[in-house]
Amino acid sequence: MNNFVIPRRQLIARAGGLAATLPFLSACDAINDAPAVRKILSMGEEMNRASQRALTDRNALAREFSRADLSPYFRPNGTRLPAGAAYAAHAASGFADWRVAVTGLVARPLSLSMADIRAMPKRTQITRHDCVEGWSAIGQWTGVQLSHILAAAGVKDSVRYIVFRCADRLGDALYYESCDMVDARHPQTIMAWALNDAVLPIANGAPLRLRIERQLGYKHAKYVNAIEAVASLDAIGAGKGGYWEDRIDYEWYAGI
Amino acid sequence: MAEAKTPVASSAPAPLAPVRVYRHRLPTRIWHWVNAVTLLILLMSGLTIFNAHPRLYWGEYGANFDRAWLVIGSTADSGYLRVGDWRIETTGVLGRWTDAAGEEKTWAFPGWSTIPTSYSLADGRRWHLFFAWVMAIGLTLYMLWTLLRGHLRKDLHVRRAEWSPRHIWLDVKDHARLRFPTGEAAARYGILQKLSYIGVIFVLLPLMIATGLTMSPGLNASAPWLLDLFGGRQSARSIHFIAAWALVAFFVVHLAMVLLAGPLNEIRSMVTGWFRLPPERKDGA
Repeated sequence: MNNFVIPRRQLIARAGGLAATLPFLSACDAINDAPAVRKILSMGEEMNRASQRALTDRNALAREFSRADLSPYFRPNGTRLPAGAAYAAHAASGFADWRVAVTGLVARPLSLSMADIRAMPKRTQITRHDCVEGWSAIGQWTGVQLSHILAAAGVKDSVRYIVFRCADRLGDALYYESCDMVDARHPQTIMAWALNDAVLPIANGAPLRLRIERQLGYKHAKYVNAIEAVASLDAIGAGKGGYWEDRIDYEWYAGI
Repeated sequence: MAEAKTPVASSAPAPLAPVRVYRHRLPTRIWHWVNAVTLLILLMSGLTIFNAHPRLYWGEYGANFDRAWLVIGSTADSGYLRVGDWRIETTGVLGRWTDAAGEEKTWAFPGWSTIPTSYSLADGRRWHLFFAWVMAIGLTLYMLWTLLRGHLRKDLHVRRAEWSPRHIWLDVKDHARLRFPTGEAAARYGILQKLSYIGVIFVLLPLMIATGLTMSPGLNASAPWLLDLFGGRQSARSIHFIAAWALVAFFVVHLAMVLLAGPLNEIRSMVTGWFRLPPERKDGA
């Protein structure tokens, strides 16, 4: 097998040959970075969102599996332990003092404790989680339907998006995500506090995380401490509707 | 195709001026070149997406702790490809390689083969999901055209006699000996050509689209039967990867045949539509 390993010296020699291709490769990247090109490419996202909303059943349920289908281990991703003394203190006390603020364009702003949320009607679902990277894991989630919380707060007619604020800081900012009202009111969109019949582990977003089953993993905000009803995403973060959307241009609509 | 400008009389001696036939109609030519660019972009941006998680699984789920049937990975000083229990060192090409600036990288596919050249899953997806539309719309229009305007019936339809194993074997032998058809026969597609074009247009490309759509959690909800068809999302992802390389294999053979059969004449016919028939061989074959 070792015959196949290219000696380091040869690797460096090859790199010299590759350097000749550098101008061509950087020209390719200049195309990738051109604003006009990015604008055209982003039409793909809008076509995917519009066609899925127009051609498919907006209330179609994601497939629910049986316990026999569960992944042996549900892989956490992104933040696995939010930094800071405040979160550590919450974790130490079993999130007894954790509050979830429901604010924005609502008739009755709420401040919910985990006890309040666990006392709400439960929904349990075994679903497949698809990461944007390509892997999938099946887990059983228990929580309250987001639509129940929104109804309790009395969302106004002008609301078009729901924003989820998180307690985990990545680099310069706190994580956040958002979705439209089709997904916000979808029966499988829940604020989950249990995974596989156990209290939600910290790595998976304790004490409360979003499950938005028809979109990719980065939409499923973890460590949620605020739910905000808004008419526009322009004033939130950099205006693209999510932490990764703002920073590296992930699609806001992650249904594909 | 095969609307001879000058009638070809097979019994007549080879004419001095080369016989030209109008071989490719405009829709074929346009689709050919649009598709060539589109498939290249889809392949290269697809490799970027693969680099985000260079492991493939069978079934509905699969992540780092589950058994992958294909892995491109790296150790402390090498890169490797593992398929099932078979493992090969790929240092310098896959898993561990050196970029144009001389920096060692451990992404599965090297930067020269991906769009963009640096690792950006977000940008790879932007390119992939835009050009997926170009491919799907182009393919749909072209399929409709081949069906409605007779291209499929006249040029790609495999006649009963062509299905005979003897005929197929003869075409295989002719290809292997690089003995390409001459005279009037060169204006028509051989059985292997027909099967490979039908295979690409009606099997491989639709399979790419269907398995691509099966990876959409939004479409999974409204079309769960696609999941069942391919045996789950991770199976669909694996089939998508395999079919992509089947298309690459088609491309390699296609390009080799163009080069061996006379690249100038072949490429010109795919640009202008006009193809010069190679003169009949003296041995009458």
